Amino acid sequence: MTATDTRPPTASASSAPAERQPRRLSFGSKLSRWDLKLSPYLYISPFFILFAIVGLFPIAFTAVISFQEWDLVRNSGTFVGFDQYIWILGQPQFWTALRNTFSIFLLSSVPQLILALLIAAMLDRNIRAKTFWRMSVLLPFVMAPVAVALIFSNMFGDNHGLVNGILTDIGLNPIPWHKDPFWSHIAIATMVNFRWTGYNALILLAAMQAVPREYYEAATVDGANAFRQFWNITLPSLRPTLIFVIITATIGGLQIFDEPRIYDNTGEGGPAQQWLTITLYLYNIGWGEFNFGRAAALAWILFLIILAIGLINLLITRRLVRDEGGRGELAPRRRKGIRR
Amino acid sequence: MTSLDSPPLAIVEENIPNAQRRRRGERTTKIRGVRAGTWVYIGLGVVIVSAIFPYYWSFLIGSGTASTINDPNMSWLPGGNFIANALSVVNDSAVNFWIALWNSIFSSTVIAASVVVFSTLAGWAFAKLRFRGRGWLLAFIVATLAVPTQLGVVPLYILFADLGWTGNIGAVIIPALTSAFGVFWMTQYLSQSVPDELIEAARVDGASMIRTFWTVGVVAARPAAAMLFLFTFVNAWNNFFWPFIVLDRQSPTLPVALSLLQSNYFVDYSIVLAGVLLATIPLLILFAFAGKQLVNGIMAGAVKG
Repeated sequence: MTATDTRPPTASASSAPAERQPRRLSFGSKLSRWDLKLSPYLYISPFFILFAIVGLFPIAFTAVISFQEWDLVRNSGTFVGFDQYIWILGQPQFWTALRNTFSIFLLSSVPQLILALLIAAMLDRNIRAKTFWRMSVLLPFVMAPVAVALIFSNMFGDNHGLVNGILTDIGLNPIPWHKDPFWSHIAIATMVNFRWTGYNALILLAAMQAVPREYYEAATVDGANAFRQFWNITLPSLRPTLIFVIITATIGGLQIFDEPRIYDNTGEGGPAQQWLTITLYLYNIGWGEFNFGRAAALAWILFLIILAIGLINLLITRRLVRDEGGRGELAPRRRKGIRR
Repeated sequence: MTSLDSPPLAIVEENIPNAQRRRRGERTTKIRGVRAGTWVYIGLGVVIVSAIFPYYWSFLIGSGTASTINDPNMSWLPGGNFIANALSVVNDSAVNFWIALWNSIFSSTVIAASVVVFSTLAGWAFAKLRFRGRGWLLAFIVATLAVPTQLGVVPLYILFADLGWTGNIGAVIIPALTSAFGVFWMTQYLSQSVPDELIEAARVDGASMIRTFWTVGVVAARPAAAMLFLFTFVNAWNNFFWPFIVLDRQSPTLPVALSLLQSNYFVDYSIVLAGVLLATIPLLILFAFAGKQLVNGIMAGAVKG
């Protein structure tokens, strides 16, 4: 029956009957106050302690290693300043990898976003068996990227692949899916799109369903067609979600490893680095040549690139989508109309 | 409500054949715009066919022989060799399929459970308790979401090599025990789904902090925890980069085993793709049972995130 709430009014109210046992009560309320003060830290500390060990410490240590020439035998490094960074930036392979990473990223994110919007718009219609359709578009997501890459690199085979088979059947020339950098990027981007389009469509669908239906009804009254409604109502309302999807796609897309690694059986990124990506290059330096100092420097370069692109993305998306919102003044005005 | 909804519907009806009949159907369901036309179903049908096709293709090749892929008159119906191909996958001593399967089940389960526990605890504190440093600690967690995995792998590898843990599944589990995303997700969910009054009521009734967490927080967090578990499980199961670095062929996870299969059998795609299907079946079973929750989880995360 001791008062456990620490708020002053309650504490003073319960002080009268407690006079007989002042010590026990003060101990109890002290305990309760400590409970209130300490508990939050107790709850977050398991996460933060583990996170510091396996998440934060390695990041800081990567920075240290990137300034060292790491000796695998002695398991320690000697300080070399910015040498590793300079070495990486001087490699033509790095610049090829950078180009490939961006090319694959653009080829996967832009069509993916457009397709995801289209699929979400279809799912947003008043359809039968909603759950069935939603689950179906998510089906590719459960397949591991490695599995997706194995299947697609078979379909995009240069000599006996399905795609080239169909192309020759309809009288076109087969495409050099592995030999030519651009076409290898298309093939790898297709793998990414296969796995992620449905996932992003569901995220966009959730945002679309949050748009009040009155907007559309009002627009229908005004004679706006489906396309105009989508352009002027749906898109502006999706702005925060679009930013979220684009930022996550950027962070994930620039790290791409599984698909290019599996795209041929050597995993080197192609004989002429046609599809060598930054992370694949990092793996080849770190665990092909076992040069950890250079791998660490490359990891930091990748991180800085992701940060820079993320920020640029944020700025561009904000402006673009806001402009569309400005043009589509239809929505706020109509809302007033409905309320009237 | 009806007076607001009916005028637009009445206008829409002019353009729809059989509007009267359709409208009757709509009244029984929630009114959500016009019934979708055939083209929507056609469009979604195309999407589904392209979602299923790669699965079918791997079954088609995986149930054939090594020469199926080279056959210009290849049949679009599966052959009869899937079992035989699957057996060569599981019996291949270089791939260690059963160990890989067990490693994948074990590591994904432990990782998902651990992420859920730590995230619920920390998420509860961030969402519902007031304490010094709360704001910037949460901002810090969100900021780390942008940090790529690659930034930690070199020291982690040095660390685990030092401990002699390379090739051990523990090296895959330990770095994944916590997730900044999980904490962020639980914080978002709990801050919106638990009213502050409920916590105050529990406190006034004399419940200690841990009891409040257990009786109010954990109960409220259950749906989100289930979604987080599923999501983390699928991601851990499919993860390749770090397991590929730290594990070896004696004790791989399924994706690592698949990459070994590829380098062993690059001339015989029927076995590789049979293995791909075999490695995907456990997740397909999971999807059959929990796919709906996964869909709900992704959609719920989106609205709040």
